[in-house]
Amino acid sequence: MSAPDRAPMTSAVSTYALRLGDDALVLAQRLSAWSSRGHDLEEDIALTNIGLDLLGQARMLLTYAGTVEGGSRTEDDLAYLREERDFTNLLLVEQPNGDFARTIARQLLFSTWQLALWEALQSSADETLAAVAGKAVKEADYHRDHAVQWTLRLGDGTDESHHRMQAAVDALWPYVDEVFTVDDVEQALVAGGVAVDAASLRPGWDRFVDGVLAEATLTRPEDGWNPSGGRRGMHTESFGYLLSEMQHLHRSHPGATW
Amino acid sequence: MSGTPPTALWEVFVRSKRGLSHNHVGSLHAPDAQMALRNARDVYTRRQEGVSIWVVPAIEIVASSPDEKDSFFDPAADKVYRHPTFYDIPAEVQHL
Repeated sequence: MSAPDRAPMTSAVSTYALRLGDDALVLAQRLSAWSSRGHDLEEDIALTNIGLDLLGQARMLLTYAGTVEGGSRTEDDLAYLREERDFTNLLLVEQPNGDFARTIARQLLFSTWQLALWEALQSSADETLAAVAGKAVKEADYHRDHAVQWTLRLGDGTDESHHRMQAAVDALWPYVDEVFTVDDVEQALVAGGVAVDAASLRPGWDRFVDGVLAEATLTRPEDGWNPSGGRRGMHTESFGYLLSEMQHLHRSHPGATW
Repeated sequence: MSGTPPTALWEVFVRSKRGLSHNHVGSLHAPDAQMALRNARDVYTRRQEGVSIWVVPAIEIVASSPDEKDSFFDPAADKVYRHPTFYDIPAEVQHL
């Protein structure tokens, strides 16, 4: 590739790493709010373990995004000093924790996609992204399993748990479509063998999620209203509150360490 | 949590590495065996403590009673010949 062509490609790689990093970071922040709020100590640790896995993924990806774009911004700069409109995570991951069923549904829908993504990204032409995927794939495998186990038990549990689990899947379903949307930035990277074609992951995702929902005696919601915009920095209402809490300490005490 | 019946208690055994036996590491609550196994993974192996986990319903464990301590254990106290201390143990044997 000649020198003039490299700049846009480099910028796209940074954008892509930032998107995947933001997904992991925002969901990690959401899950961290379950600390001391789980229905028992065991689940408390399970959810925060998943959050910590995702935070680890976010750190690698944000660091890489900062390096690729020129090295002037660190992972902390990217996590703590960007504004709401600069975050490019999926709308799905920023949705509020709600009740336990809502948190589990969000994890099922997201981790099923993320696992397929990491599996495919292991053969990326970008060595760093491939390495991150290679480490993260085992983590996502467990995250999905955890969500599946609870979806089955809540869906096929009591009337109350079934009702809540169905309501959770219904509420989050509109945000699924965005997960599989591929814009020009990603299309160029897919052509270059760097990114995964998210749309190509949809059939496998459908098969898996449909199977889990059926076994859990839940009904797959109708496709309908499909909000999007997360990848362009257009977020839902609760995201600003999440961000202000996450960034508060760093902004109040720049460079604080402990 | 108030109003919620407590879930069953499970005893957790972890094998720290191949070649060693499973050791009791603690207990936890879980609604069924599969969740108990996953909870054990999260609670007891998050710092690389294990390569294998057993979970056993605590209610299934039959324990000796403190009342039986004298008849159970004291008779072994003066049987020094049962200890394998009269043999030279080869240096290669690590986990005897």
